[in-house]
Amino acid sequence: MASSFVYVTFIRTTPDKLWTALTEREFTEKYWFGAHLVSDWKTGSAWKIIMKDGRVADTGELLEIDPPRRMVIKWRNEFMPELKAEGYSRCVFDIEQMGDACKLTISHSIEKDHSKFVEAVSGGWPRILSNLKSLLETGKVALPDSP
Amino acid sequence: MDDDAVFKALADRSRRLLLDRLYRNNGQSLGDLCEGLSMSRQAVAKHLGILEEANLVAVQWAGREKLHFINPVPINQISERWIGKFELPRMRVLSDLKVALEKKPRK
Repeated sequence: MASSFVYVTFIRTTPDKLWTALTEREFTEKYWFGAHLVSDWKTGSAWKIIMKDGRVADTGELLEIDPPRRMVIKWRNEFMPELKAEGYSRCVFDIEQMGDACKLTISHSIEKDHSKFVEAVSGGWPRILSNLKSLLETGKVALPDSP
Repeated sequence: MDDDAVFKALADRSRRLLLDRLYRNNGQSLGDLCEGLSMSRQAVAKHLGILEEANLVAVQWAGREKLHFINPVPINQISERWIGKFELPRMRVLSDLKVALEKKPRK
């Protein structure tokens, strides 16, 4: 049995703006608790998340990328041995335009029962997505820092 | 998404029960969710439809099976709007207080 979570948020923006917000540092630092992503955004490329303090949070590979619609990432935690031991997870970003808004679906799963990794990311995603929505719709985030 | 739809969807015991069940075991089919419930399959399907409309439940297809996942994002937005922005400064005051008190030499 796999462990998985699916998050959906509707954001009043365009697919291009949302894509930029998901991939570029000047945006991610504002809503992803100061983190930024490093990659050249091509299929097969390496990918990593650098936290505010410079530590590498997660690493992996872009399995599929189709801007501004879809991105599939092979994703492993790096800084917590217990989570790293669970190996790679799969995170899929889907962007679908619906009228004047975009539906962003993030599904994150790992082939493991009661995964600690999925439990850990499931605490982070809702806050990151709420911040992302606020940033794109109002230019501000509600909770800029990680509690 | 519409806050009204979220509150309306949450204002029902059976729908909250379905969310509790998804929280415990995410990604269930309609059949899984009906197990052990006194509600009819039709009633469960109708409640799931309302939860989906409110974006509290996200669905994904696994082959021919429609799986339901709890989507915490709308509840998180409500929490940040009315709780987070009050709670966070209070937590900071408490942690600042702790730091300040622990710095003081004890008598």
